[in-house]
Amino acid sequence: MELLRINRRTFLQGSAAALVGTGATVGIAHAADVTLGIVYVGPRDDFGWNQAHAVAVKSLKTLPGVKTVEEENVPETDACSKTMESMVNLDGANIILGTSFGYFDPFMVDLAKKYAKVEFRHAAPLWDAKKHPKNLGSYFGYLNQAHYVDGVAAGLSTKSNKLGFVAAKPIASVLSNINSFMLGAKKTNPKAVVQVIFTGDWSLPVREAEAANALVDAGCDVITCHVDGPKVVIETAEKRGVKTCGHNASQAPLAPKGFITGAEYKWETIYKGYATDLAAGKALPNMVSGGYEGDMVQNSPFGAGCTPEGKKAAEAAIADLKAKKPIYVGPLKDNKGKVVIDKTYDNLDPYLDQMNYLLEGVVGSIT
Amino acid sequence: MTEGAGLIVFVAIIGGALRVSTPFMFVALGECLTEKSGRVNLGLEGTLVLGAMTAYAISFHSGSPWLGVFAAGCAGAALGAMHGYICKLPKVNDIAVGIAMMLFGTGLAFFFGKAYIQPSAPRLGSFSLGEWTGSQQIATALQINPLLLVGIVVAIVMAWAFANTKWGLIVRMTGDSAPSAKAMGVSVDLVRFLATTIGGFLAGVGGSFLSLFYPGSWNQGLSSGQGLMAVALVIFARWSPIRCVIAALLFGAAGAIGPALQSVGITQGYYFFNAAPYILTLFIMIASAGSKQAMRDVPGELSITK
Repeated sequence: MELLRINRRTFLQGSAAALVGTGATVGIAHAADVTLGIVYVGPRDDFGWNQAHAVAVKSLKTLPGVKTVEEENVPETDACSKTMESMVNLDGANIILGTSFGYFDPFMVDLAKKYAKVEFRHAAPLWDAKKHPKNLGSYFGYLNQAHYVDGVAAGLSTKSNKLGFVAAKPIASVLSNINSFMLGAKKTNPKAVVQVIFTGDWSLPVREAEAANALVDAGCDVITCHVDGPKVVIETAEKRGVKTCGHNASQAPLAPKGFITGAEYKWETIYKGYATDLAAGKALPNMVSGGYEGDMVQNSPFGAGCTPEGKKAAEAAIADLKAKKPIYVGPLKDNKGKVVIDKTYDNLDPYLDQMNYLLEGVVGSIT
Repeated sequence: MTEGAGLIVFVAIIGGALRVSTPFMFVALGECLTEKSGRVNLGLEGTLVLGAMTAYAISFHSGSPWLGVFAAGCAGAALGAMHGYICKLPKVNDIAVGIAMMLFGTGLAFFFGKAYIQPSAPRLGSFSLGEWTGSQQIATALQINPLLLVGIVVAIVMAWAFANTKWGLIVRMTGDSAPSAKAMGVSVDLVRFLATTIGGFLAGVGGSFLSLFYPGSWNQGLSSGQGLMAVALVIFARWSPIRCVIAALLFGAAGAIGPALQSVGITQGYYFFNAAPYILTLFIMIASAGSKQAMRDVPGELSITK
């Protein structure tokens, strides 16, 4: 039945190739240009994950010879394959970026095999050199470093010494953000405690608002979060008159009174790297990751909620991180008293990617 | 758990009931009216989302949140009218149409709502019933939006009208036995069309509460299934408007348990506490279903019971 499996796109592609064959060599003048296609799982102005990517893509438009194609609200089903395929076939994309976890396997893996000349990159550390094609790869940022800086600033901006954290699910990347936030706060304010509430899913606006309210009721005067769209948490906290630290993208406009700073990705560095490498005809790296030392994360501009001392300490912390000074200085115990970090680990150490505990200083439980 | 922590949890649960219950209440009341007339409208989830989007957009453009609430109601009524009209056609299943309307409503809301994720619209105000306590915490927890009171009044009026007015009798009769309604010279289709339209209006108003008061912003995950839960609440409340209000309050309170317990340091088993509203619903369903009384409350014309 293999012969019959010609879909509409493959057919169009075939007929287009035939047309080009019979016609002149139009379009070769633009051969060196880069067309970058990017697919988002939600709206690109969500004040969160998608917006962080969209801001970076927007910055690419200033580069000469780079064209970008974007599509929003693409679910993690074969709809993402269709979108990506049309970007390759109709828009002539030479690199496709998938920004949602579920796009990778099987959709992007299959597409990379089908279109060997197109580069595919995915925003989570899933690429495996042994299993996956060479034109596929992963990129991600160590956002926990920016959460650490949030903590440093928050430690000096709190009065009650109780900081609240609204988290979605107890997975490694979330736990690492919580722990880093706490370590940052402890660094400048040894009395600080971080209280965490897990909502159970990535996007539950009503429960996120409830969680933020509950934290304020329990005496927290700084609230931060790790959920898909931090908008609700930040707005609820601002309404209750407490301070906030952001997540993923800049939420500063949502909290003119209480915003301290926020942990943001800087996808721009990675995307510009891809675009310049492609334009120069160089091979793209399969794995790109880093934190402050690689200019892949950043903190939002300090807001009215940040004290001058907090700002100064945060700027010093950023300089330290750029110099690769470690966050996790061992030995450290988890909040049940067991030593989980036996020695000092480098900020990018793979051991820290396996985190499944909350450290001493965090009130909360992962089960 | 110290006494202080106990108080925090108690206040949070009361506050949760007052904050979260309103959309459930409006959708449940709307569905109650529709089902009393003998039809099920599962599309109210879509109506809720479209109502939330419309309210936010109109409030943003006009500067008046109350105009937004009214527009949300109208949008909901339009979806309800569409459901009512389609179900009138021969051999149409109201459940299937409801599911289609749910997808249609959410799709429409996402399409037009794109432009309103970023801007900030004027929100509805509130007043506190707890100022006299002198406690900031209690005053905040007892913040009440006028829509909550409107919902309670609507429920009381509806319950009274079902029992005491000719209109109420006609709706109930249409719901219990279409042949007898026809014999009385009542147009069954017209009654159901109107009941679904008004039901849609109420659900739309419920949506406006989500975007204009609590959580108080428009985004695509805003409803996360609350419209569907509210439809289930009607069965749970056994088609009584007053019980719909109680069920909505109970549901809101149960939803606050998870975050409140975590905030005072009871962190083990939060998945279980977060599931509290659903567990509660199950238990009450088991306790109340199966009794003769429960069966008597079901409108006889409902396609789910026929």
